[in-house]
Amino acid sequence: MLIFEHATPGRRATAQAPATMADIDLPKRFARKSPTGLPEVSEMQAVRHYTRLSQKNFSIDTHFYPLGSCTMKYNPRACNSLAMLPGMLNRHPHAPLSHSQGFLQMMYELQEMLKEVTGMAGVSLTPMAGAQGEFAGIAMIRAYHDSRGDAERSEILVPDAAHGTNPATAIMCGYKVREIPTDEQGDVDLDALKAAVGPQTAGLMLTNPSTLGVFERNIMEIARIVHEAGGLLYYDGANLNAILGKVRPGDMGFDVIHMNLHKTFSTPHGGGGPGSGAVGVAERLMPYRPIPVVARDGDTYRWLTEDDLPDSMGRLSAFAGNAGVLIRAYIYMRMLGKAGMPRIAEFATLNANYLEKRLVEAGFDAAFPQRRASHEFIITLQKEAKELKVTAMDFAKRLLDFGFHAPTTYFPLLVPECLLIEPTESETKEEIDGFVAAMVAILEEARNEPDTVRSAPHTMPNRRFDEVSAARKPDLRWRPGE
Amino acid sequence: MPFIPHTPEEIEQMLATIGADDIETLFDEIPANIRCQSLDGIPPAASEMEIAREVQAMADRDAGALNFIGAGAYEHHIPAAVWQLTTRGEFYTAYTPYQAEASQGTLQLIYEYQTMMTGLTGMDVSNASLYDGASALGEAILMAVRVHRKSKSRKILVPASLHPNYRKAAETIVKHQGIELVELPIDPQTGRIDPTALEQYSGEDITALAIPQPNFYGVLEEADELTAWAEQNNTLVIGVVNPFALGLLKPPGEWGENGADVVCGDGQPLGAPLSSGGPYYGILCCKQAHVRQMPGRIVGRAVDADGKKGFVLTLQAREQHIRRSKATSNICTNQGLVVTASTIHMALLGPVGLRNAAALSMANTRKLVEKAAAIGIAPRFSGEYFHEVALQLGQPAAGVLERMAANNVLGGYDLGQVNPSMADSILVCATETKTDADIDRFIDTLQAAL
Repeated sequence: MLIFEHATPGRRATAQAPATMADIDLPKRFARKSPTGLPEVSEMQAVRHYTRLSQKNFSIDTHFYPLGSCTMKYNPRACNSLAMLPGMLNRHPHAPLSHSQGFLQMMYELQEMLKEVTGMAGVSLTPMAGAQGEFAGIAMIRAYHDSRGDAERSEILVPDAAHGTNPATAIMCGYKVREIPTDEQGDVDLDALKAAVGPQTAGLMLTNPSTLGVFERNIMEIARIVHEAGGLLYYDGANLNAILGKVRPGDMGFDVIHMNLHKTFSTPHGGGGPGSGAVGVAERLMPYRPIPVVARDGDTYRWLTEDDLPDSMGRLSAFAGNAGVLIRAYIYMRMLGKAGMPRIAEFATLNANYLEKRLVEAGFDAAFPQRRASHEFIITLQKEAKELKVTAMDFAKRLLDFGFHAPTTYFPLLVPECLLIEPTESETKEEIDGFVAAMVAILEEARNEPDTVRSAPHTMPNRRFDEVSAARKPDLRWRPGE
Repeated sequence: MPFIPHTPEEIEQMLATIGADDIETLFDEIPANIRCQSLDGIPPAASEMEIAREVQAMADRDAGALNFIGAGAYEHHIPAAVWQLTTRGEFYTAYTPYQAEASQGTLQLIYEYQTMMTGLTGMDVSNASLYDGASALGEAILMAVRVHRKSKSRKILVPASLHPNYRKAAETIVKHQGIELVELPIDPQTGRIDPTALEQYSGEDITALAIPQPNFYGVLEEADELTAWAEQNNTLVIGVVNPFALGLLKPPGEWGENGADVVCGDGQPLGAPLSSGGPYYGILCCKQAHVRQMPGRIVGRAVDADGKKGFVLTLQAREQHIRRSKATSNICTNQGLVVTASTIHMALLGPVGLRNAAALSMANTRKLVEKAAAIGIAPRFSGEYFHEVALQLGQPAAGVLERMAANNVLGGYDLGQVNPSMADSILVCATETKTDADIDRFIDTLQAAL
């Protein structure tokens, strides 16, 4: 039932707004005449409705959620409760520096910690999501080439395993996209890369470890090839969790990076955002950082804006990005500390390699069996799809019945019938063993009663949807009188 | 080990299964010469108790002032239930609803949000949100260019009365795609878009006109007349609204003859705390005909294998994970958690609550203006305003605001930051959260600072 279907004309949550309408002198030509259509419900009705809705969600707090490339790790509660202290929530973004030193100190220290863990020369916290960080990064590459009068560079190279945001970002920055194939081992095809680079190359966008769940072993050679052609190297930080404290993008030769603080630094995914896509840059890109950035002058902190960074790639938001997300990331990093950072990568990698090994022993096919898994890995169900007519989608849906959120399905696009599985460091061995048992049970079902798997899920609030009809005749809002 | 549950025995068992001697072996594909040795710039781990003490001290340093700054971020009462429900783990720690059957809570909530936002704006369709109001303006401009294929100029009229940071962010987002943002000046008397300046563009190929309502100076634009001009000129209208004000103001879907084509704005005033500027969320609504050019997630109602209704992400052929380089935008996530809060907030306010809160905000700002008149301070512009107003102080505003802040009153936004000719003016907002005593304190503090 929708909230609108709970409504009764004349009902109100009376404690939440002024009881009567103040006298105002709003001229008629500006005034609203039509209803807003907001629901008329009591406070308890609203609370009960949204509590019940929440119970229809899988989440990290309720379920193992091994969604590859999304790093669904535990979100410590302290990060939330401290970010919601009144002094944090009530600070206006335009508050004067005299009333901002606590917040600015925190942001400055966050910038410094992110520089340290990535090996970059400077950081800007303002991008509001990974995709906006990518945009900022590619726009900085553009600003760099433009400032040198190097205007012929028109192409961004993107491996075929990349996230869809990579090519979409390059287009938004006015570049053409050229795809680079992956070799059989899961590394970038070096010969294809050598053939693709040239005076038209503005840069290469690379995720490392890649979305195939393996570390790009030839990274130093790739950096050399791109740099010798005059291009810059962009690091998509989607998989930073895998290498935190083990190897730094700055030391791999990357010129510009974005980090997904909602992945590596455990801020909540919130049903799809808010994220944070802070960017880091090498020395030569410092002038182009998106504004604002926090600076320290002696004991006081201040914003760097247009006046300080006149060559900035620009502003990306009305204020300074998703501050509340940044506060949570800061608290998480402080609680991990120096020793805790590399442990994240170590145990994320241990869990992934253990889970991959167990699934292979149980008869599943790894996409890259000869490689180490990073913090995630790919199982391909090509054999099951062919022999048993049970697909990756069927496995994903059946996992829901077993109480596990499905891994990422059908991404990356170059591995058929794939499940991209990322257990993260915060899961216990028992939980991972339980997931293996579920996969084994589903494989058994696929052999003996395949229709049970093909028609899953059976225990969710809904069965599988007719998404084709939904897209053909979109129903995007409720209408009164339905 | 913070947030890592493994016991030494389990580590041994897991390594034995893998066939590795130690955890370090698992990293043997990374070239040794680039391995990181030590992160000396990171402080040692703090316990929850230790970090709580530090963060509390930082929060306390910034707290305690009485705030009259608006300028795009507005202080409103947020019902206690809003964030208590929003931070339930089932909302807080879920992700984008890729598995619809296990995400009906988030999906239904977004469908309800889309319904509420189309109702408020009077538009046909809403997406599931963008990042914030400023970046939503950038996306709205890109969308208008895609929609209006007959217009070849790719020129967008962006008034000087629009939030300066919105204009800057929009410029950042659209500038690589051959789009020109043309500044439309304001009438220095009224504080509105100068109608004679607009008239100069009649007959010219202009792709879209952005209309802020209320505008950055708090003044109400003549949205009907501006929309009528656009309709005559075959120019699309992008409405940039404060959704809180729509409890009282004519919705953009009803401007002019046919309404705005695309509407954007910041959802912050509906349930998001000030929080140093974010996370907020961007509103994006449009006419039905434009829906396939819309960026971002959209939720639709669908039917399942049993014929039962439910909700799914839909029209995904627009998006980057399907279309890659041909997508409408690179946007991936929305601002799900803030939209969750905002939807609950709108349900708790209801139509009467939203209207009354908006009316009280407007009345409070009038009260402040009347009391300012008694100490010789008048509004800078003659145009009618909603809940925010520019006051002319007759001396540099920066110094006045600094002296007020020293008395823990944040007296407003220094308009000299936008335009040096307004360095003697401040932008002030008194929402429903301000009592008569608060307004008196503002006036007393202002008088002392003059």
